[in-house]
Amino acid sequence: MAITERRATRPRSAPPKPPVKKGNRDSQLTAAVLFLIPASIGFIVFFASPALRGLYLSFTKYNLLRPPTFIGFDNYVAIATDPVFWNSLKVTLEYVVLNVGVQTIAALGLAVLMQRFTRSMIVRGVIMLPYLIANVIVALVWFWLCDYNLGIINAALDSFGIGKVGFFGNADIAMGTIAMVNVWRHLGYTALLLFAGLQAIPKDVYEAAEVDGAGEWRVFRSVTLPLLRPVLAFVLVVTVVGSFQIFDTIAVTTKGGPVDATRAINYYIYQRAFERLDFGYASALAVILMIILAGVALLQNKLLRANESDLER
Amino acid sequence: MSITAIKERRAANRASNEDDPALAKSKVAKFFGRLALVIVILITLFPIYWMFRTAFSNNRAMFSEPLSLLPVDFTWGPLKRVLGLATTQEALAEGGSGASINFAQYMLNSILACTLITVLQVTFSAMAAYAFALLNWKGRDKVFSIFLIALMVPGIFTLLPNFILVKDLGLLNSIVGIALPSMFMTPFAIFFLRQFFLGINRSIIEAAVIDGANQWRIFRGIVVPLAWPQIITLAILQFIQYWNDYLWPFLVGQTEQSKLLTVGLGIFKSQTPQGNPDWAGLMAGALVAAVPIFILMLVFGRKIVGSIQSSGVK
Repeated sequence: MAITERRATRPRSAPPKPPVKKGNRDSQLTAAVLFLIPASIGFIVFFASPALRGLYLSFTKYNLLRPPTFIGFDNYVAIATDPVFWNSLKVTLEYVVLNVGVQTIAALGLAVLMQRFTRSMIVRGVIMLPYLIANVIVALVWFWLCDYNLGIINAALDSFGIGKVGFFGNADIAMGTIAMVNVWRHLGYTALLLFAGLQAIPKDVYEAAEVDGAGEWRVFRSVTLPLLRPVLAFVLVVTVVGSFQIFDTIAVTTKGGPVDATRAINYYIYQRAFERLDFGYASALAVILMIILAGVALLQNKLLRANESDLER
Repeated sequence: MSITAIKERRAANRASNEDDPALAKSKVAKFFGRLALVIVILITLFPIYWMFRTAFSNNRAMFSEPLSLLPVDFTWGPLKRVLGLATTQEALAEGGSGASINFAQYMLNSILACTLITVLQVTFSAMAAYAFALLNWKGRDKVFSIFLIALMVPGIFTLLPNFILVKDLGLLNSIVGIALPSMFMTPFAIFFLRQFFLGINRSIIEAAVIDGANQWRIFRGIVVPLAWPQIITLAILQFIQYWNDYLWPFLVGQTEQSKLLTVGLGIFKSQTPQGNPDWAGLMAGALVAAVPIFILMLVFGRKIVGSIQSSGVK
């Protein structure tokens, strides 16, 4: 149950469907039912019914000790006027914009670098390594690198005569620091997805551009970028949806502080549920998060016309 | 693979690289491009190196030399400390907290939980993928799309009710409780394997049907062996993901017998004194948690990179 699962598989406009043969259509139904028993238990017990239960709980007051009492839309009404919620939405957005913005641009740059200068599998393996290390470990390593007193970064800044910076302790920059830590973790992974997209662009398109005498920048803007758009759209949906659910890094470093500066929405849901035992309220917050995420995914797909390629096949 | 075969492959690679119009030709461009790549690689590796450097430093001595690029006063102390092999006196002498922490136990818990999840989840997801890809039945594609909806639901939404469920089942603080919600299936795994099963040549299966093989034998004897490389890749990816997971195991596994590595690390961090934290010990713990991933990457790097690359463009 990864809460920040960013790995996803790209949905297609028309998923390939296995051919259905008329005639023996139902003959294999029994086998299918048997094959699907374990997965269906998982789906019904741990996805579908918790989703419905979560929706129900969002209309109740529930502290785990006494049975939930139905209170209609009270949780949602309370959320609408909850300054902590609005602040959490604000800092989450701040995080998403910083994280995804920097990460996408840097990854695009790195993907182009790889495309132009190397085919080494070792380079690919190395740049992807941070993505395979746990969020918790990455957060702790950077927490140590950025430590005010002894961290190498502040020690270096100090020795250059530049003042020390409270990367995690200063409310103005703590969220930015967390965003950059996760850029470090996801840069290689994102670059690798984009690199694969670049590799899929037919070589003759470049040759044609070269023949036409187009310069490097021109080729990138008029050929590479438009042809990369479907992959870029997929990467953006996955990273934005993942970013919105930032939790682990905050949980082991700032715990939402200083003050409220890094209390992202997922962390607020966690605090409401497990620190204040307010499961109804937390469930309502989770419903709102889900609606936001569905909206984001739909909007991005529309804006980027994700499923059409500019390449006529 | 013999050395000549490797050389031949390298030569072939080089030849195809030179034909690749996307690769830069000019020497100046090559120099700056490679320089930029080297910088990216250094930025990627430095924090990982720093984890090693700190894990082998004496926590007490580190205060005097924060800029030293090599371990300060090299010692195995921090590793011994987090693996529960050092006495309290030894730990205190090197600037540890003296609190008992046992990452060897957490390592065992992590291995148990992640193996349990991975083996069952991949098996059950493969069975489901078989039903969705290679069996003909009414409503198949509808049921499949219902399964896919679960991909869209944010983790925290089902996490709250699942926590209540596991608590009601009395499975809090157990490895089974940690594994339960993910060990039956995940939509990603079903989707991933279905893609490969769809590509399997149907005439092989039809021949087996004519020979009178039942569906289970076709699945076990033909489909699983054919898709074995993909099944292994999926298993590695899922193992890494659950190895790295934090919130769910943190909520469900709080005892020594059920704490996973990430959870132990988070708790170690929060228990370390504000004034003089045991950075060496923390980094040693992080190292213990990360080393299995490094080993997997060394052994299966090509598979992992390949599968991630193809997830975006296929």
